[in-house]
Amino acid sequence: MSLPRHTAVFVLLAILGVAFWVLLTGYAPDETLNRSALYYAENTVSDTGAQNIVAAIIVTFRGLDTLGEVTVLFLTAAIVGLVLSHSRAPRKAAGPGILPPGELLTTGARILVPMILLFGAYVFVNGHLTPGGGFQGGAILASGAVLALLADPTRRFSHGAIHLVESTSGVLYVLIGVIGAVIAGGFLDNRILPLGEFGTMLSAGAIPVIYTLIGLKVGAEFSSMLESFEETEDPA
Amino acid sequence: MIQVALFTGFALVLMGLYGALTNRDIIRMIIGFTIADAGVNIVLVAVGMMAGRTAPILDTIAPADAAQRIIDPIPQALVLTAIVIGLGITALMLAYAYRLFRFRRSLDISDFRDLKW
Repeated sequence: MSLPRHTAVFVLLAILGVAFWVLLTGYAPDETLNRSALYYAENTVSDTGAQNIVAAIIVTFRGLDTLGEVTVLFLTAAIVGLVLSHSRAPRKAAGPGILPPGELLTTGARILVPMILLFGAYVFVNGHLTPGGGFQGGAILASGAVLALLADPTRRFSHGAIHLVESTSGVLYVLIGVIGAVIAGGFLDNRILPLGEFGTMLSAGAIPVIYTLIGLKVGAEFSSMLESFEETEDPA
Repeated sequence: MIQVALFTGFALVLMGLYGALTNRDIIRMIIGFTIADAGVNIVLVAVGMMAGRTAPILDTIAPADAAQRIIDPIPQALVLTAIVIGLGITALMLAYAYRLFRFRRSLDISDFRDLKW
């Protein structure tokens, strides 16, 4: 790159750095919670019954936002699939010069993949109680898919199954939202199910159900993105 | 502690932008954007931090004194969204990079002059 352009980038970033420096030195942390945080702190338990306030915000208070986020992720997976669909490798071929996975990886994957999937399910089922939730659990599910693909690069997951999981969980998610609008306080209200005993697995109304659906959907979307990347042919 | 996290976040943003703006290789530009993304997330989480308080999970805290004991949960919820969207953006950038490579057999950004004026 030419020297003047390099200098221009440097000067611009130096100005941005000064702006950041002013923000940093002038930053004073809050002593008390701001008004919306205070609302969440005081009313999460009575409104939603969830132990994890972040989960309550994501699934219930800002549930519509999360629905939009899942939609963005779906769009991304669809576009990645579309962009890469023209260069899909034929079945049982994964490009030239692919290294065979070692014995360790194959055997290790056989033990680890089910455990990773189980852990992902644990994370999204307990999203309303512990740190974690649908997005994290879904990402863990997809990491199991990565390991399975690394251990057997010629493996092809069933597109039909992935799309079925994804669309079913998406439709159920919206349906639960609509049920909330009909029989409870509004769209995606979690009080369509009894709130249950605070701190137990089956509590917080529909939050565990919604988080499970999000987890499955996110896991399926990440897996289908990975699959699109994996199935693309190396340009020979 | 908060200042350290903020400083790290801002530094990562600057480093990432520098890498994305000065590298010619598309993959390196994508890595630069990802680093800047991580920096923004660190800054956002750090802003929600409050000294002497704990995570917004009410397993050991009584719900009644949550307002005095927990940190701001909103930045955490926002960052969770930002991380997921950031991953989607990275995946899209990589897919486009692959298409560009198929198209021109090159990942050097200066080989793509179609939109240059």
